[in-house]
Amino acid sequence: MKLIAVFMTAAFANNVILSRFLGLCPFLGVSKKMSTAAGMGVAVFFVITISTAITYPVEKLLTYFNIGFLRTIIFIMIIAGLVQIIELFIKKKSEGLYRSLGVYLPLITTNCAVLGTAINAAEADCGFIKSLVYAAGVSAGFLIAILIMAGLREKIEYNEDIPEAFKGMPVTLVTAGLMAIAFFGFAQI
Amino acid sequence: MNRYAERIYNGIIRQNPTFVLMLGMCPTLAVTTSAANGFFMGITTGAVLVISNILISALRHIIPGSIRIPAYIIVIAAAVSVIQILLMAYMPEVYSALGLYIPLIVVNCIILGRAEAYASSHGVVLSAFDGLGMGTGFTMALTLIGICREAFGKGTIFGWNFNEYFLKGRYTPAAIFTMAPGAFFVLAFMCAVQNKRKKGSKKNCGACGKNCKNCVMER
Repeated sequence: MKLIAVFMTAAFANNVILSRFLGLCPFLGVSKKMSTAAGMGVAVFFVITISTAITYPVEKLLTYFNIGFLRTIIFIMIIAGLVQIIELFIKKKSEGLYRSLGVYLPLITTNCAVLGTAINAAEADCGFIKSLVYAAGVSAGFLIAILIMAGLREKIEYNEDIPEAFKGMPVTLVTAGLMAIAFFGFAQI
Repeated sequence: MNRYAERIYNGIIRQNPTFVLMLGMCPTLAVTTSAANGFFMGITTGAVLVISNILISALRHIIPGSIRIPAYIIVIAAAVSVIQILLMAYMPEVYSALGLYIPLIVVNCIILGRAEAYASSHGVVLSAFDGLGMGTGFTMALTLIGICREAFGKGTIFGWNFNEYFLKGRYTPAAIFTMAPGAFFVLAFMCAVQNKRKKGSKKNCGACGKNCKNCVMER
């Protein structure tokens, strides 16, 4: 029961994009089309969950050897390596998915949601299983937000009523703001 | 204008990282709940930018081209760790206000972007000035957004209550501006102003032959 609460809070009430502003670059950059948004969301889901599963024990090692100040450097190296491995794996297993994700795969390294979740989980220090569930919740929140955004943007694109100056990025930001207000509702539950 | 001053001008106006290049959006929106937070975040990022630009420029002949991105990331992560430890020791209140977003400077696209686009092909002093200019531009943008959000959301600027002083408390602060949606709205409005100005200034820049109205490229 407690794990479900952790998952739900991470996914909705504290949505990674709309209330904590992590991973904003892919959210604004890769949300033009539903299919690429879905691919990006799923890839980020895997990277966040696996990287947290690795960095959590590593953080324990760092504290054991008393070199906690190296955390940022070690974590970013682990994430970069992991993204590379996942890229190789996807390329080997599914050529189609690899091609549709294209350049977005290596860019996950610089997605701050990944590093942010790893650091958050390491600092909270509340057990391996709970951290894993937390990471899954965060990435589910990312997936949901980017999918909703892509759906909305596909509709907005053909709207002629938007003022000239607001076309493109500004209207996307306004949409994100309205989504953030909607997600506030979850915080009350 | 000599080339050092040109770098500063470039960072603040011509290629402002927030308003023109649209890089590093996460800290831009997340920490600008007040003018002071935005200011300190900008200064911190600027300091990292100067250090990493100097180091990467100095190492540019040593780092092999094929592994340059991982090498840059390690240099940047080291610079961020140094700044983080310094902040923790000398400015603990700033450190706790910015929190998670300090280590996340590592993945700020401005820093890797400048390393790749400028520091890897220019001299040490010029790169340092480039970092300084970009850092100043980023600080100004963040402070501006912070001022807007704090003024509308709390009726204060840098903690000074202008609402009480000038308006006798007649303005009712809209708390939504200090919360998440307000960040999106303020940035959307600033982008729209930028769009308007850009469209008014030139119809066709001749770079691609198409109308500049729908252009996404920046020089």
